[in-house]
Formats: sequence, C-alpha cells, structure tokens
Amino acid sequence: MAMKFEKTGEGKFMLDVCGYVCPHPQIYCKKSLEKMAEGDVLEMVFDNPSSAETIVQMLDQAGHELLEKKHEGGKIIFRIQKA
Amino acid sequence: MADQENNKKGQIWAFIITGVLILISLLYYKANVYYIYLVVYIWFGFAYGLMLQYGRFCFASASRDLFAAGVPRMAVGILVALIFFSTIQATLASTNMSTFHPAPIGIQVLISGIIFGVGMVLAGGCASGSLYKIGEGNGTSILAILGISFGQAIFVDLGGVFNSFVPESWKVSSAAKGLPPDKVTSWFDYYLTGYVWDKASVQLSHTKAIANAFPGALKYFIGDSLLNALIPAVLLIIIIYAFYTRKGFLKKRSKAKGGATGFGDEVSGVWNMLTASKRTTIMGILIGITAGLHIYVMKGMQLKFGVNNFGQLLTRMGHTADVSIRGTVFDPGYWYITSQEAQFGGWVLQKFGWNMRDNVFFGVNNGLPELWRNPALWMSIGIILGAMVMSLMNKEFKFKMPKGELIAWGLLGGTLMGMGSRPALGCNIGAFFIRVAGGDPGGWLFGLGMVTGAFVGVKFFNWWSERKMAKEMEAF
Repeated sequence: MAMKFEKTGEGKFMLDVCGYVCPHPQIYCKKSLEKMAEGDVLEMVFDNPSSAETIVQMLDQAGHELLEKKHEGGKIIFRIQKA
Repeated sequence: MADQENNKKGQIWAFIITGVLILISLLYYKANVYYIYLVVYIWFGFAYGLMLQYGRFCFASASRDLFAAGVPRMAVGILVALIFFSTIQATLASTNMSTFHPAPIGIQVLISGIIFGVGMVLAGGCASGSLYKIGEGNGTSILAILGISFGQAIFVDLGGVFNSFVPESWKVSSAAKGLPPDKVTSWFDYYLTGYVWDKASVQLSHTKAIANAFPGALKYFIGDSLLNALIPAVLLIIIIYAFYTRKGFLKKRSKAKGGATGFGDEVSGVWNMLTASKRTTIMGILIGITAGLHIYVMKGMQLKFGVNNFGQLLTRMGHTADVSIRGTVFDPGYWYITSQEAQFGGWVLQKFGWNMRDNVFFGVNNGLPELWRNPALWMSIGIILGAMVMSLMNKEFKFKMPKGELIAWGLLGGTLMGMGSRPALGCNIGAFFIRVAGGDPGGWLFGLGMVTGAFVGVKFFNWWSERKMAKEMEAF
C-alpha cells in the first residue's frame, strides 16, 4: 500500500491516502500543505472518517480554506486551498 | 442512485445488528435471570460504541493530534468527559453506590503509560478507540486488538527463563502472601504479588487530610472530584488553549475588531476551543454521564443479587470451571477495556493446549470464563457493534483490509498497548479515565506516561512520513 502525492497541474496537487488510518491522513495532509505555495489547491482523498474531524479543525486553525467536501462510496474528498 | 441503494442497505444492516443484540439479550434472560447482569454490560458497551464513533472519541487522538496537527479537539473532549464523570462518580461514592476502587501507585504506572502511549500512536487508536474503529470496518484496529489480546495473555504467563530476572525480594514478598504455589509461576505473578500488591493505593477522599478536613459526603466532592479531577482538568484546558489556539484566535479577533483584545476575548477563545468540534465535546459530556450511570446500574445489580462479582452468579449457575480459585471472574463494575481482551487471548491459547490458569492473573484474580459467559468481553463486543450501527447509519462504514506497513503498526502497537496496560492494571480507560475521575492520583501518572509515549510515537511517524513524502516529490 502506498500513499500518493502528485502535482496534477499548475498550482494543483492530489493526495490519496485511502486505506490509511489515524494518524496518517492528518499527518500527510499537514505535510502536503507545507510543501505547497500560497493559493495552491489540494484535492485529498481518504476513507478514515475519524481523520476528517481533526483535519477540518486543523485547516480552520491554520486559516486554510476547505473549498469542498464530499462523500463518494465510502471515500471522503476534500478540496483545500492553502492560505 | 447506487449511493442511495448503499445507504438503505447500511440502515437495514444497522437494524439487523440491533435486532440480533435484542434477541441475544432475551435469550440470556430466558436462560437465567442472573444473565441480566451480563446483558447490562452488553448495552452499556453498545451505548459507548455509538458515542465513541459519533464523537470520533479516541484517547490516542488527544495527545497525538495535539502534537502532530496542533488540534486540541480530543484532548478537550476527554477533559470535558472527565469533569462530568468525576462529578457523578463523587455523587455515587457519597451514597455508597460506587464500584470504584483505586489501584497501587508507583513508578511502574508511569513506565507502563509510556509503553502504552507509543503503542496507541503506532496502532492508530487507544484500547477503546481501536474497538470503535473495528466497528467502522478498520482492519488495522482488528490487528491492534489481537495484539492487545495475545500480547497481554502471553505477557502474564511467561515463566521459565523470564523468572530468572525476578528480584529475590519479589519472590520473598510473594511467598508471604500465602497463595497456592501452583498459581504463582510466571514473572508477572511475582511482579504483581511481590511488588505491585505491596504498593499503596490512594484515593484522595480516603486520605487522613481530606477525610478530617471534609467529613461526610463532602470528602468525595472536594477530594476525589474537585481536587483530583476538576481543577486539573480546567487547568489543562487553559494550558492547551494558551499553547495551541490562543494566538490564532486572538489574531482573528483583533483583525475582526480592528483593535486590541481583552479578557472577554480570552474567555471567548476558550469557549471557541471547547465548541470547535461540537460532536466531540457533546459526546464527551454524554460519555461522562453514561460512564457514571454505568457504575450506578452495576452497583444496583450487585445489590439486587447480593454479590460483588459476576463469578458468584456463575458459580450459582454451576459454571464453576469459569471462575478463579477465589470464585471471581473479571468484572470491573464500570467501563474498562483491556483485561477482557486478555481473557479472550487466554481463552484461545487455553483451547490450543497452553495452560493459562497456572498464573495469578487468570487463576487467582480473573478466571477464564467461556467467551459467551464473559461479562466484560460482551461490553467490548457491544462497543464494536454500537460503533458499527452508528457508522452504518451515517454511511461511514467501510471495510478496510490492513495492508503493507499498517499490518506491522497495528500488531506492534497493539502488543505494546497490551504490554503497557498489564503492569499498570489498566489502559486509557481503566488506568487513566476511571482512576482520575475516582480520586486516584495514579491515574494522572498513567496519563503523563501516555502523553510522553504519544510524543515519541508522533516523532517517529513524522520522520517516517517525511521520508515517504520526499520520495513522492522526486517525481515533481
């Protein structure tokens, strides 16, 4: 099993941590955002509901914007803009 | 359309699971009215499972997410639960309706907490958190619970070469206890009977200072609740606010107001932190109240049947092989996690021919009942099923087979949690939450160990994930 962190376009990144449980999704989310520039957008796909609660609060505290969140067949997708 | 179909299926499964549990409860009642005692454990477990899953309530997350992501939601949730639980616990103690008992304090509690703390971060959840995550379909948590179960069972039964490391003083002290020699065979037996049993247990309400200063019922409210739980919990909330959310909150406030902030803004900041994750905080309140109610109902059951341990009821029903030589089985009388998992591990190993009854843990204290007659194990099953029902209802259930590195983290973390919980006589619930709320300062010692262990675990995962990120970024 491997996590995926890819650059999908100019200012666009994708993080796939499906299958990972706590604390990996939140750690990888934080580290991905650290690698990105202000205004870049991260699409994050994960399937560990417990991580969602922590990630939402982490984004709020850091000032990043959660542009979209949706559920698709057990997967959770967050679109995040780095502040 | 497919999503709607899946939602409906999930809801149907939630009803089926609940229906099966009701049926099992009725069958137990029909078999013997004494089994109501066990049925109470099932349904409190079920209630804990519902609340733990809804609140994403995991003790591992409390310190881990604080260190790894700077998020205090779970630390706050636990402290809120503690405030409510300790108040109810003091009320019950003052009316002689409590089943709480303190545990021996010593350096072993701190060391065990550290081992447990590392384990819970590696496994991705604490002892109770791993159970609710199994209910969400998390395969890694199944491995963690297997690690806890077999890790503990083997840990308490190891003799032979391990006994050569046992200090002579433990052997002498153990021999003086007058236990049957065929039950004192493992290193853990000597540790328990020759070291831990010689340590003092402290409950603030029972100390001379508190009992003299606050006679009557007040000693429970002042000693056990206010001094041991409420004041430390409030102080910790303020410390967490000061270190983790204050700066960001006041910056936002100052920007919005266009000026300096004052004391009122600080109070708003604390309130904002408490309510940042409403589902966690509300579940913290409900879990605290439920844990108190659980104690009350268990004590009521004991009074009704004239017993203080379910082993006495098993004996009355003729199941004498289930109980220890004292006629007891593991029956905490409140929310507890790890010992019943040790019994599960011990039961399996016993079936494979390993003699698990020749030690103090199973043979003298906790017995080794058949799984379907194990009250506390039913509480754990109730937690799993309650969490499963909640996650099915909220479309969050998804079976995730553990793969790759997670297999190693789950098993290793679970085993460390097992090895950490036994010497401390409990886990994040039994050795921390219940003890702190009951007025036993030893609970804070275990908590300090857990936080220290979690810090080490987070450091390790930070290093590990940084390596993996660097590999991914080579392709950019």
